[in-house]
Order: sequence, then C-alpha cells, then structure tokens
Amino acid sequence: MPSDWGTFFAEYGTLLTKGCTDTLAMLFASTALAYLFGIVLGVVLYLTSPIGLTPRPVFNAVLGWIVNMARSIPFIILLVALMPTTRMLVHTTTGVVGVVPPLVASATPFVARMIEQSLAEVPRDTLESVVSFGASMPRIVLGALLPEALPSIVRGVSITLISVLGYTAIAGAVGAGGLGDIAIRYGYYRYEDEVMLVTVILLIVLVQIIQSACDIIAKRIDHR
Amino acid sequence: MISIRNICKVFDGKAGSTHALRDVSIEVADGDVYGIIGISGAGKSTLVRCVNMLERPTSGSILVDGTDVCTLSGAALREYRHRTAMIFQGFGLLAQKTALENVCFPLRSGLGRMPEGAREKGIELLDRVGLADKADSYPAQLSGGQKQRVAIARALACDPTTILCDEATSALDPASTIQVLDLLDRINRETGVTMLVITHSMEVVERICKHVSVLVNGQVVEQGITEEVFANPQHSVTRALLGRGDWNA
Ligand SMILES: Nc1ncnc2c1ncn2[C@@H]1O[C@H](COP(=O)(O)OP(=O)(O)OP(=O)(O)O)[C@@H](O)[C@H]1O
Ligand SMILES: [Mg+2]
Repeated sequence: MPSDWGTFFAEYGTLLTKGCTDTLAMLFASTALAYLFGIVLGVVLYLTSPIGLTPRPVFNAVLGWIVNMARSIPFIILLVALMPTTRMLVHTTTGVVGVVPPLVASATPFVARMIEQSLAEVPRDTLESVVSFGASMPRIVLGALLPEALPSIVRGVSITLISVLGYTAIAGAVGAGGLGDIAIRYGYYRYEDEVMLVTVILLIVLVQIIQSACDIIAKRIDHR
Repeated sequence: MISIRNICKVFDGKAGSTHALRDVSIEVADGDVYGIIGISGAGKSTLVRCVNMLERPTSGSILVDGTDVCTLSGAALREYRHRTAMIFQGFGLLAQKTALENVCFPLRSGLGRMPEGAREKGIELLDRVGLADKADSYPAQLSGGQKQRVAIARALACDPTTILCDEATSALDPASTIQVLDLLDRINRETGVTMLVITHSMEVVERICKHVSVLVNGQVVEQGITEEVFANPQHSVTRALLGRGDWNA
C-alpha cells in the first residue's frame, strides 16, 4: 500500500478517474446494446425451441448453432477479426468507442442464451393460460413472458456486466483505456505495484456494487 | 352448442405413439354443466385442451355453434379462445401481476391500451368471487382457494360463452373445493355459461354436473344424465369411481 496517499493521488488521481469513467462507459454502453439485441435473439430462441410456443426445430437448431459459434470465439480474436467492421461502424478501432462493437458482438450471444434460460423458467401453466385467453404473440411476449421472467433476467444482468467487465480489461490491449488497461500497463509492464493494486481494488469494489445492486433490484421486483 | 365428433388424438413420442383419445364424441348443450370423469391418464386433459385448440386433434371435428374450430387459426382462433375461457389445476396466474391485473389481463388481447372501464370491471369480478379486498395482492400472498377464485374471475373477464375447467379443485382442500364448486354453479345459473368440467372426483360431478361422460383409456364408456349414470353404472370403472366396485374388476 502507498505510504503517502496524498502524493499518490496527486500523481495518479486523474489517471484513475479517467480509467473508472472509461471502464464504466464501455461496460454500460456495450451491455445495454447487447441486451437490446440479446433479448430479441433470446426470445426467438425460446419461442422456436421444442418447449417454446412456436416450435421450429430446424430454424432453432441453426440459430442455436450460430449463437454457439459466436460464443466460442475468444474475445481477443473477435476484437481483431471485427476491426474492419468496427471501423465502418464507428470510424475508429481504438478508444472506448472502438471497443464497443466487439464487446457487443461478444456479449450478445451470451445474453441471448441467458434470456432464453430465464424465459424457460416461466411455468408452462402460466403461459398456456395466457394463450388460452386468445392473447396475440406480441401480447404474450411483452405482457406475460418477459415480465414474468424479469427478476431472473435482472439476476442475469449482474453476470453479464461482470463478464463484460473482464473483457474491457482485454480491450485495454488495443488502447481502449479503462481500469484493466491501467492495471496491465502499470503493474505488468512497469512494475508499479501500487497503481496496479489500487486499480484491482477498484475493480473488486465495482464487481461487488454490480452484484449487490442487481440482487437488491431483483428481490424488490420479484413478487413470488 | 359444443359438439365433439369422433375425436382421436395420437401423441408421437420416442417410446412409440400414445393414443390419448379414441373416437370420442360428446354433445354439450348451451348452458349445460358437463362433467368428464376418469382416472389419471384417461385423456381428460387432452380432451379439454383440444376444445380450445391448445392441442390439435389428430382426427375428428369439434363444432362450436356450427363452426369447426379445428379449422381456425390466427385472429379467428384467438377470437374463439377469447369466448372460451379456461381454468387450470395449477391456476396459471401471472406471479408478477396483482390479482386485479391478472383478472384484467384477458381484456386486451393485443398491444395498446386497456379498454375503457377495465379496472372497474376487474374489481366488480373480484367482488363477485368474494375477493374485492385482495385486488392488490400478488398470487404468492393468496391461498390456493383464493388463487383459483382469482382465476375464475379472470375466466369471466371476457364474458365467455364456455368455461373449460381442468381439475379446477384438485389442488384444493375440501372446504375450498366446495366454495369453488358452489361459485362455479352459481356463475352457471346466473350467466348461463356452458361449462365443461374435467375431474377425477365423483363429488365434483355429483355437486355441479347435469351430464357426465366416463372416460377410460381415451374412450367414452358411459354417458348421460348424472343421476341416471350414477344410479345404474354400467362400466366397472364407473362403479369403482363410485366406490361400488373393485378397481381390479
Ligand atoms: N404432450 C404429450 N405428449 C405425449 N403424450 C402425452 C402428452 N400429453 C398427454 N399425453 C399422454 O396422453 C395420455 C392422456 O393424458 P391426459 O393428460 O389427457 O390424462 P388425464 O386424464 O388428464 O390424467 P390426469 O388425471 O393425471 O391429469 C397419457 O397417457 C399421457 O401420457
Ligand atoms: Mg389431466
């Protein structure tokens, strides 16, 4: 631990603050976008699965296979492979903005599977009752399926956020910035253990906050 | 008038096919309370699920007021289901919605706003089943009997012409069972709604059903006016269900 906190923060304060905001920006922007696409994909995966409301075995198998493929590509490879696409989309491949597309691409299939899992937990009886009253498919999905699965989906959000947080550190390797980047640059390359230690502590605190916040929200909205 | 004609239902599974219904024919007059009784696995649930197309019959037809509902799909099927409410053994309430929200749910079948007066109607229906004070309770805060009464209020929301009950009282204690049965009976007399009541309990049939069919292995072995069938049971399973015979006979 630093012996003199005053000088430590005078020297590294701005760096760490910038690291925090960069990490949070990457984390929330890419997770939000991943949920936007992941929810749609997850609902389709669930509805077309053998236990879903509109089973389409072949379509579901193909889609599931694509999702699994995307999930099995290591993030660092995806990051590099997507560079041309990323440049086209956001006109840069570095900085916070430059890593959002690969982060979204990597988190979306993960989110889709998690949403599918949460939806599958909704009791069959509940869904059939809604179907039996003549609800349309949009009404079933938006009025019953997603609201019933919401507490479980929120619990999944903490898992997603924490794993995306891990990816943002890897993204630091291409100059994305953020806490993970600082930890690697200062701790690994420059042997400045104190900076590394503080960033690691900040990351730990961040993970705890995410986990607790999601748990509290999930508990509050769950009426079971 | 519901006229079930020569319905067969075959489930194709990995372990071979199951003939859940074999040539079942039943006529239910408007305003009737029609019981379908049988032991577990007889095909009762399958039959009632066929009536509102949660399950499609393999062959045969189901004529409701002259229309073969097996040919319905899309909006026409939804409209038919709107008029044909269902009550489940497991209640089927939305756990994340209050009793009132559950009751009002069927009032809107697409996206958009709830129709005018939905809330008032929901409260009135809850009042009718004796649960006006539970409007803002969630299902988890209600007893089994109360949950089923909420489900009944929900079934009434769209002013159905038919209510299908699949083992509506099997999960309830004796007191709640009688309360729910009397409620169904009262609703039938007040609104003239047709009811198809699935059960494995003689008590339920005796208490509310005017007509009854006995289902054994997917086949109707006996049907008629409840008193007549019970006074002079022909089939060994009917006698066993009545407690007047041996299950192994
Ligand atoms: N989805 C399905 N797939 C395969 N077989 C099924 C399916 N649903 C029902 N069956 C079979 O059809 C037969 C009749 O089942 P059904 O649920 O209609 O019986 P039931 O009379 O309602 O019994 P219970 O009183 O236990 O509810 C059973 O042999 C069951 O295994
Ligand atoms: Mg059954």
